[in-house]
Amino acid sequence: MDLRLCHLYPDLLNLYGDRGNITTLRQRAQWRGIGVRLVEVRLGEPIDPQAHDLFFIGGGEDRQQRLAAPDLCRVKGAGLREAAEAGAAVLGVCGGYQLLGQYYRPADGPDLEGVGLLDLHTVHPGPGTRRLIGNIVIREASGGVRLVGFENHGGRTYLGPKARPIGTVVAGFGNNGEDGSEGAVWRAVYGTYLHGPLLPKNPWLADRLITLALRRRYGEVTLEPLPDVEEQYAAEVAAARSGAAGRP
Amino acid sequence: MRELAAIAAARLATAASRGLRLGGGTTLPGRIALAVAPRIVSTLSHRLPRGVVVVSGTNGKTTTARLLGGILDAAGLAAIHNRAGANLLSGVAAALVEQASVTGQPRGEVGLFEVDEASLPGVVGATRPRVVILLNLFRDQLDRYGEIDLVAEGWRRALAAMPDDGTLVYNVDDPLVADVGREYGGRRLGFGLDDAPRRGDDHRAPEHAADARYCYRCGRPYEFSLVTLGHMGHYRCVACGTRRPVPDVRASGVLLRGADGASATITAGRDVMSISTTLPGLYNVYDATAAVAGALTLGVTGATIERGIAATAPAFGRGERVTVDGRETLFLLAKNPAGFNEVLRTVLLADAAPVLVIAINDLIADGRDISWLWDVDFEMLRGRARAIVVTGLRAADMALRLKYAGVDSAAVTVERDGAAALERARGMLRDGERLYVLPTYTAMLHLRAALTRQGYVRGFWKQ
Repeated sequence: MDLRLCHLYPDLLNLYGDRGNITTLRQRAQWRGIGVRLVEVRLGEPIDPQAHDLFFIGGGEDRQQRLAAPDLCRVKGAGLREAAEAGAAVLGVCGGYQLLGQYYRPADGPDLEGVGLLDLHTVHPGPGTRRLIGNIVIREASGGVRLVGFENHGGRTYLGPKARPIGTVVAGFGNNGEDGSEGAVWRAVYGTYLHGPLLPKNPWLADRLITLALRRRYGEVTLEPLPDVEEQYAAEVAAARSGAAGRP
Repeated sequence: MRELAAIAAARLATAASRGLRLGGGTTLPGRIALAVAPRIVSTLSHRLPRGVVVVSGTNGKTTTARLLGGILDAAGLAAIHNRAGANLLSGVAAALVEQASVTGQPRGEVGLFEVDEASLPGVVGATRPRVVILLNLFRDQLDRYGEIDLVAEGWRRALAAMPDDGTLVYNVDDPLVADVGREYGGRRLGFGLDDAPRRGDDHRAPEHAADARYCYRCGRPYEFSLVTLGHMGHYRCVACGTRRPVPDVRASGVLLRGADGASATITAGRDVMSISTTLPGLYNVYDATAAVAGALTLGVTGATIERGIAATAPAFGRGERVTVDGRETLFLLAKNPAGFNEVLRTVLLADAAPVLVIAINDLIADGRDISWLWDVDFEMLRGRARAIVVTGLRAADMALRLKYAGVDSAAVTVERDGAAALERARGMLRDGERLYVLPTYTAMLHLRAALTRQGYVRGFWKQ
């Protein structure tokens, strides 16, 4: 059994330790004896929708985002959509999250078209406005599980009716700093502003993505649990640094 | 008259701050002086007979300023420094007022200021420097500085305020810095490394931590014939022809002697200098080359430069050696991925199975976002580090990073208290072994303060 992992724009969208998400997925599969096939796909290269079951897109600065956006729509868009509709898992973080939506309206210049896997759009309210920066803790909408991370974004994201948030903000800003929502989910497509990076301190989400990816190819799969002592300790410390310790 | 009042008020603040044991008193006097006389930096720096040199960049500001200070010492030129990392406009103001007579005359011939990347426009505007040295631009503290392109934009703005006879000394090996240099219309001097010792991994691929792999002009990936560290090296863009400018001051024959130092030959026109320093690591070769270029701009000559570099001791926490209970402890400040990778390489070059303390804080001066730990190649330590004690406010994140790097968990200990971490790691040393301490900025201050209390090192403001 192999986890077929596709890292999009590894050298372009790699802010904020995004590589740590790949490291985490790979290690957590290998610790359970699951093989990992990692393919890195760069600018100009199309996606084979059958070849990968879990796609990851990290964040970038405005310049890198402008390079990636047209490539994601025109070169990779059809393949990525086909894979997602067939049940492949997708994770976009920060800039990658914004690109999964309908469009990104920057502080200046024309709108950047997104790939439209998630029903949302993002608006940068202007060069003088405050970036949303700091430690963040959210509660997952469905199971009440906690996610910890760090956010740093100028854009404000607003969800449409076809996407639901990953969770609600306990401490921090989230999608837009107004409505208390954070992230977006549609089928097995996840987008979030949480880096830190996201997966090492939230191993349950890493395991959920691995499970979704394996199910697409192998049917029902149950992962054996891992001890996760260091993971839980680091998540506790991160929650305490956010000022959210002891909150429900 | 206002400036004399500012000097008096700042002096009082310095004395009070140290008397009350509030610390080094390195920025408060400057803030007070600026409040009393907002143009104090401009007024006092214009009285320096040989003008001002400003050093900026992500990594190496303190060490480069210190090396250049050592060269100026050897040349008999008295310099006014802002030491101890007080590198905002307030720190420059503090240095100027502290080292001025009560009548407002600076007690030095040249001002030598290390300046925070984001503070460069303000300081250049106020001091109108004779020389600006731009070292490198790495990803660092995104929560504080914002994106790296914004910092580069600030530098372009800053250089527009240079006086007509000002010289820009810039690193041609860093594509982002070279772009800033290329657009500068005044006199400029590029520096770079002609060669570098092999890293052991692919010599033509930028590290994971690289920030500038894509051409600033056309967005195509650069082709590297040599990567020295991070995204620095010999690069060109096959699409638009942008390439590394030919340096005016070049280091070649670089030899790294593990933790004991480095040497190189530096060539500038007909000047050929043999440089040897006790500062370890390739990044310090860059710093030395930058300092040489700055010294040449100020008219200092070869033999004096060689003496000055050889005589310069490490700045506090940056290659500093402290002996505790007969054991050598080497502090190697590591505050971002590119710097941390080079520090790890230096340690592994010096020691087959090192014992380390890694101290990670997430205070404002460190950057509150510790995601960057995942861009450091800690995988290098796998199967090599004999013991690692992790400490600091984010010790838990560091331990987690080491777990995913595949470092044997039996080799890793978490000890939240800094002094206890140092003691525990010292206890693991065998005869003749040295302890390597790799801290972020405030973690370094904290660990050093613990050693100061125990009487092993002097307070940093006394250096």
